[in-house]
Amino acid sequence: MNDDLRELYQDVIIGHSKRPRNFHSLDDARHAEGYNPLCGDTVTVYLDLDGDRVSDCAFQGHGCAISTASASVMTEALKGKTRAEAERLFHEFHDLVTGRAEDADPEQLGKLAVFAGVSEFPARVKCATLCWHTARAAMDGQDEPVSTE
Amino acid sequence: MTAATAAVAAPRLDVERLRTDFPILAQQVHGKPLVYLDNAASAQKPRQVIDAVAHFDATDYANIHRGVHTLSQRATTAFETARDRVQRLLNAADRKEIIFTRGTTESINLVAHSYARAACNLGDEIVVSAMEHHSNIVPWQLVCRERAAVLRVVPMNDAGELDLDAYAKLLGPHTKLVALGHVSNALGTINPVAEMIRLAHAHGIPVLLDGAQAVPHLAVDVQALDADFYAFSSHKLFGPSGVGVLYGKAALLDAMPPYEGGGEMISAVTFEKTFYKGLPAKFEAGTPNITGVVGLGAAIDYVHAVGLEAIGAWEHELLEYSSARLGEIPGLRIVGTARAKASVVSFVIEGIHPHDIGTILDREGIAVRTGHHCAQPVMQRFRIPATTRASFAFYNTKAEVDALIAGIHNVIEVFA
Repeated sequence: MNDDLRELYQDVIIGHSKRPRNFHSLDDARHAEGYNPLCGDTVTVYLDLDGDRVSDCAFQGHGCAISTASASVMTEALKGKTRAEAERLFHEFHDLVTGRAEDADPEQLGKLAVFAGVSEFPARVKCATLCWHTARAAMDGQDEPVSTE
Repeated sequence: MTAATAAVAAPRLDVERLRTDFPILAQQVHGKPLVYLDNAASAQKPRQVIDAVAHFDATDYANIHRGVHTLSQRATTAFETARDRVQRLLNAADRKEIIFTRGTTESINLVAHSYARAACNLGDEIVVSAMEHHSNIVPWQLVCRERAAVLRVVPMNDAGELDLDAYAKLLGPHTKLVALGHVSNALGTINPVAEMIRLAHAHGIPVLLDGAQAVPHLAVDVQALDADFYAFSSHKLFGPSGVGVLYGKAALLDAMPPYEGGGEMISAVTFEKTFYKGLPAKFEAGTPNITGVVGLGAAIDYVHAVGLEAIGAWEHELLEYSSARLGEIPGLRIVGTARAKASVVSFVIEGIHPHDIGTILDREGIAVRTGHHCAQPVMQRFRIPATTRASFAFYNTKAEVDALIAGIHNVIEVFA
């Protein structure tokens, strides 16, 4: 297997795709649906807010290893974050997977840094970002399903 | 004749020699020899088509049917010669029954717009099958919405074969049109269209066949089938993209209003009234894709020179070989196991999403299609989000099937 692939399908990503964390619904939480019409991937992201802070985060849906692992790691990363922190993380992550992350702060990204390899696979960027767009919509109380197209 | 006897009777292709006709195949992708198995999405072009297009543009190009000058006449001849080749390919009774369009999608939309809209009223029905491409669903839905008509769907079994008893029951006085895929792009199923047309005609119902996936693989005879409309695309037949064909029986086409208005399709225009030209010009408004049509003509010549029977036999061998080898892989399931199939193999692997399969295979130089193949109802029917699809052309080899199998073993290893 070549290096790009090894970088993309790191053990952490494979692990999260097989055993996603926070893979369930949250009763009475705000939630939004995301859809990638290109591949049929769907994700529903649930967020509990305690004031301005994410007290709990979960997801459901089906998709490829990248999208499932991304959602799984995201739910871990968002817990405890304020809205502003979550928004900042969203941008950091987006820069990371689109290869514009020279300035990205590895401390900020934490475990999310494992997705750096996605930038070598432009066709897969949407797989990694769908859950983030969806989380943002849930945060904003958006009713319309989020689409990558 | 069954495919098995065809394999014995047909002359064998010299695949290695034929591959040298396709310059694009002789390249490496990610450092590996390209293995192009996405032919159902679009096929590659032989040198003969590339050269014919370049030669035409370099020496004969001008607008057609207009000028008295030499180039316009040469271009018109080249364009109209391509129409003759399409007529021969489909065995249409008359060359004027061949309409050039932008592709299968536009051909179907033309019939939806100019035939089905007038034919359908409140409560009327259009019948499609459960395995249609979106382009043979959505145009009819638009008609149904506008005319308050109903879209009815022929169900299929778990192998991906249509239920002919259910189909026969769907046909009735309210049915105004049947629109069927000749060969399924997602499953590979070759539908029993001759029988289905016979059943529809018993009720006086016309039938449109979406032949996008059929024409590259089988000899099509619209008269023997008694098809009323037949649509296909150049780019799946080793020709340029942006060109398609609609065949229609002259009596039907003559009675239909134009699809688009413009130049080329008129005989006289005043602000009070316009007189349309006869077939085929009535349905060819505006300057068409002249060079593309010439390229399609060259592609048809090429396919005839290779031999459709030999193509069918070799592709069947590739289908059998790839199905058998894929079937040996634990956890892999082939979706679409009809008895009559073209060289399309869709499959799923337990626990591994097709997009991950596609990405990993791509790094091995292997091009496959992953996703819903513009046939989401098929995915819903089999309760899967997507499949990986390998689709073969006559220039594919068993060594390429072996590369695919090795690639899939790599995929499984990544996810082990």
